[in-house]
Amino acid sequence: MALNESATNVFSEIRSYMNAEQDIREEIRSVVRDLEQHGREMLAVMQMVHQPDGLKDTSAITTKARGMFEEVKKYFVLISDKLPENQYYRFHDHWRFIMQRLSFLAAFIVFLESESMIGCEDCAQMMGVKTKREEGFHIDLDDYLMGLLQLASELSRFSVNAVTAGDYNRPVKIAKFLGDLDSGFRLLNLKNDSLRKRFDALKYDLKKVEEVVYDVTIRKLASTTITPAPSGE
Amino acid sequence: MEWYQYLRPDCRRDGGKRWRGGGSSRKQDTTTEIDESNPIMVSFKQFQIKLDSKHDKHERIVKLSRDITIESKRAIFLLHRANQDDPKACSIIEEAEGKLHEIKKTKWVDVAKELMHEDIYQFLRAYSPGLQEYIEAVTFLYFMKTKTLMSLPQMQSDLTLKVDETENSTEDSEITPVITELTVPVPPVEYLLGIADLTGELMRMAIRCVSTGSLDVVFDLLNPIKSIHDSFVQFGPISRELPRKLNVLRQSLMKVEAACYTLKIRGSEFPKHMLVNLLNEDHGGGGGGPGFDDEGIE
Repeated sequence: MALNESATNVFSEIRSYMNAEQDIREEIRSVVRDLEQHGREMLAVMQMVHQPDGLKDTSAITTKARGMFEEVKKYFVLISDKLPENQYYRFHDHWRFIMQRLSFLAAFIVFLESESMIGCEDCAQMMGVKTKREEGFHIDLDDYLMGLLQLASELSRFSVNAVTAGDYNRPVKIAKFLGDLDSGFRLLNLKNDSLRKRFDALKYDLKKVEEVVYDVTIRKLASTTITPAPSGE
Repeated sequence: MEWYQYLRPDCRRDGGKRWRGGGSSRKQDTTTEIDESNPIMVSFKQFQIKLDSKHDKHERIVKLSRDITIESKRAIFLLHRANQDDPKACSIIEEAEGKLHEIKKTKWVDVAKELMHEDIYQFLRAYSPGLQEYIEAVTFLYFMKTKTLMSLPQMQSDLTLKVDETENSTEDSEITPVITELTVPVPPVEYLLGIADLTGELMRMAIRCVSTGSLDVVFDLLNPIKSIHDSFVQFGPISRELPRKLNVLRQSLMKVEAACYTLKIRGSEFPKHMLVNLLNEDHGGGGGGPGFDDEGIE
């Protein structure tokens, strides 16, 4: 039957294509593994801000972590070199997780430095990637937003530890920030995807911080009041 | 049983609202008031626009894909009505060809336009079901005409569409036609999954041929299914869908193998019109396996 020959020809071509794909995946995986290790080290560095000593001098920690981001750029260059053109999303799953974590770390650094939200451009720049797909290896908007949501959880924990270390003003600022973040996320029409599920956790983070602020406020521990009007002190 | 039936419509109604109605109404609410002085809100406004346009595109492709699936299914059903010996077979095949051509002209063109300048893998999940069904229909048609397997390059060229974008004014023939070429990229994995479905159709065709009495065809169909199966088992874990499809493929193959077996050893003992019943008996209890335990009935 003619199909026998046609089938073997047809499939042998596809098989070599699949093997090539497997090789690319293998290579990406090995780079991502190293990057993930590096990411864990950065996370460990950033965790020091939860210590009383670290809390007093966050700038030393953020400077160190910022320096570590330089190496991240090298990893992303390695990964993007392995990608066939315009096929970012074919392999996206491999680095999605670490990219979210890195974008969280970047957002955390920026928040500690300036108490502001990191922009998508700044985030991409710290990792040495682009923001738009057309420009090359980029950060997916969803991953950046995931990073922000991870930041919210981290900050709610941070506010608790700040109080323990005697810093009563920080929770107030964090509460304001998370409030803004929450109303920002409410603007988005999220689909029923992982981002949506992660966003559902934001309200608990916010609630936690608000409770901390409440505890601090009724005991008149915070020097700044929540109302922006100057109180004369 | 009962509580389940009561619950289900409610759940579904809720789910539906959250997906469709909820999304669009929220969209309208938020276009009006945002605090321009708050940088966070300003950036989120931009994210909103970006996300919405991505989701809308995704939705549009999903809709097209669904239409393609339905139309391709119809073409396949139509092809099953074409009997080998029937003089009308040719016209039925032509009709199915026309149907598939229509899908290309009306649906795939739109999909290709949506995918232009995009990373297709970002939207593959949206059009993959339609693509697989379409591949199944096209390769089935191709098989009926040529008795060979349509290759991936052939499939890709089938989905390379030439669109005549000449403005049709009343003055005819003088205008030089503007023809743009659009492609719907066919990733190899999708092609494989489409082919896996094709074997199911070949199996159905084989069993139907038993009932119409064209027994040669049944034997002719055995080898193609076998060779597709043999090629497939060599593939590793290339797709999450593949193991399930491979399982179905195997069952189809075993059904045809069992049919051939039965025809071979008992075909001459039965009048043709009773063979179908015979096959049905064999498959009723054995779960597709070759365990023929009704020997005593003879």
